[in-house]
Amino acid sequence: MRTLALLVAIFAALAVLPIGLRSDFWLNAVMLALFSALIGQSWNIAGGYAGQFSFGHALFFGLGGYAVAVLQVHLGINPWLGMAVGGALGAGAGAALGWLTFRYGLRGSYFALVTLAFAEVFRILANSVPFTGAGEGILIPLDPHPAMLQFRALSGYYWLLLGLTFACFLTVWWLERSRLGAQMQAVRDNEDAAAAVGVDAFTVKLKAMALSGLFMGLAGVFYTQRYLYLDPGLAFGPAQSVEALLVAIVGGIGTLFGPLLGAFALHLLAEAAQGVLGDVPGANMVIYGTVLVAMVLFLPRGLTSLRQGGRRRRRRRTKDA
Amino acid sequence: MLEVANLTKRFGGLVAVDGVNLSLPEGGISALIGPNGAGKTTLFALITGFHRPDGGSVRFLGRDLTGEKPFRIARAGMVRTFQIVQPFAGQTVRENIAVGAHMHLADRAEALAKAEDVARAVGLSDRLDRDAADLTVAGRKRLEVARALATDPKLLLLDEVMAGLNPSEIRDVIPVIRAIRDRGVTILLIEHVMQAVMELSDQAWVLNQGRLIAAGAPRALASDPAVIEAYLGHGMAERLAKGAAHA
Repeated sequence: MRTLALLVAIFAALAVLPIGLRSDFWLNAVMLALFSALIGQSWNIAGGYAGQFSFGHALFFGLGGYAVAVLQVHLGINPWLGMAVGGALGAGAGAALGWLTFRYGLRGSYFALVTLAFAEVFRILANSVPFTGAGEGILIPLDPHPAMLQFRALSGYYWLLLGLTFACFLTVWWLERSRLGAQMQAVRDNEDAAAAVGVDAFTVKLKAMALSGLFMGLAGVFYTQRYLYLDPGLAFGPAQSVEALLVAIVGGIGTLFGPLLGAFALHLLAEAAQGVLGDVPGANMVIYGTVLVAMVLFLPRGLTSLRQGGRRRRRRRTKDA
Repeated sequence: MLEVANLTKRFGGLVAVDGVNLSLPEGGISALIGPNGAGKTTLFALITGFHRPDGGSVRFLGRDLTGEKPFRIARAGMVRTFQIVQPFAGQTVRENIAVGAHMHLADRAEALAKAEDVARAVGLSDRLDRDAADLTVAGRKRLEVARALATDPKLLLLDEVMAGLNPSEIRDVIPVIRAIRDRGVTILLIEHVMQAVMELSDQAWVLNQGRLIAAGAPRALASDPAVIEAYLGHGMAERLAKGAAHA
């Protein structure tokens, strides 16, 4: 319960932020970090809790984004409905990709490569079919009304994003004290041992992928509505996949607060670096790479493991479960 | 309870399990013994679905479970442990056992409470909040048993739970296994520690080169010439008998 209280307190504090914060610059900076936290936590469900390292989470992101854009532009379907479709599509794609790969027993790096390949295939597809706008991308007409999932003020987008992120974190909080979550972690740590005590590893992994895909799809919907534009590179390119896993790994995979911590830490670092280096193109990627290597070498369990050392933290968590 | 008929498994040219027939009655403790490489662990893996048999059948409580998936066999009430212990490293002892308890309990709190009960039964109560990776070999073996026991199995297949333990640790584990039997769980164990086999089991099968070569009460098997030859080599039974006559 203490964990839940902390989670609610953090999100409540974030919710009142736009009221106190006059500058859109800073609000936007917090939004970027929150967005990373959302995709990081989505990835964390499959990667951190169920141990399925995907390099292609952009697949779900892009499907969600294109769902809301295409339905709106070509069929005139309201983006709120499009958001539901986008989420469902992300979840469905997660389950479908899981079904395909787990059926053939793909694990570890093989699984990672297949996910990467699928995202790339969809990038190429989106580039070639007409209804996605192909290489030119797809532009959503400006119509800044909440009914059209567009907002005049930045704070509208902010609260939308905060709501989605909170839903995602709440889901993970629930996972940590549910049978499904326990089975996911068991499958992650030892699939044979899990099967020996009756865990249906295949189904558990499918559920993890579907949940993960759901929130990644919703993130795609948000992104598209925020910028009212999507093209194949933005949607299915490796940037979102890498950011999602980076944030989770830096923060601490398989932990509730890891992605949040990782997202804010990375964005703070990126801002600071930009202050020092100016707008050197690609500088942030160099920094991300360095950080990732350093994390894996010196703090493989992420920033959250700094607090009291990983083991004692775990002990505490079981007690208040 | 468990009916194994003509079960066979080949790995390339090697016949690891060769037409094994055995019928395990409900209740009590039985043992499966035999020299290294006899196929005991493979037989366990075949029974519990971790390997797919090339021939023969496995029936449990009247149901045909041949070639079923391991998790379905576990849910049917036949649960194995691993000779090479497989803890969920990075999770506590309590969390490890709770995974087993979750087989029947959906609620997290109930599963954690059950884990505590089971830990008491196998003597792990004092280590509930330890990381499973930090346990000693003896502790990990107990954890294997605890996790399986938490699923409320009808038949428990224990694969060398005493291997690697020192004599005093073995003395401590024997009553734990007896207590599990007294709860009404049928037990089949693979064991090299003969002291344990003699003390625990009501009957035993001897496996050698994939074939069952003897069956019966453990004391009688210890003097069976076929068994002695399987362990010590061809002609040894005769020489031992001669030696005894000379003395």
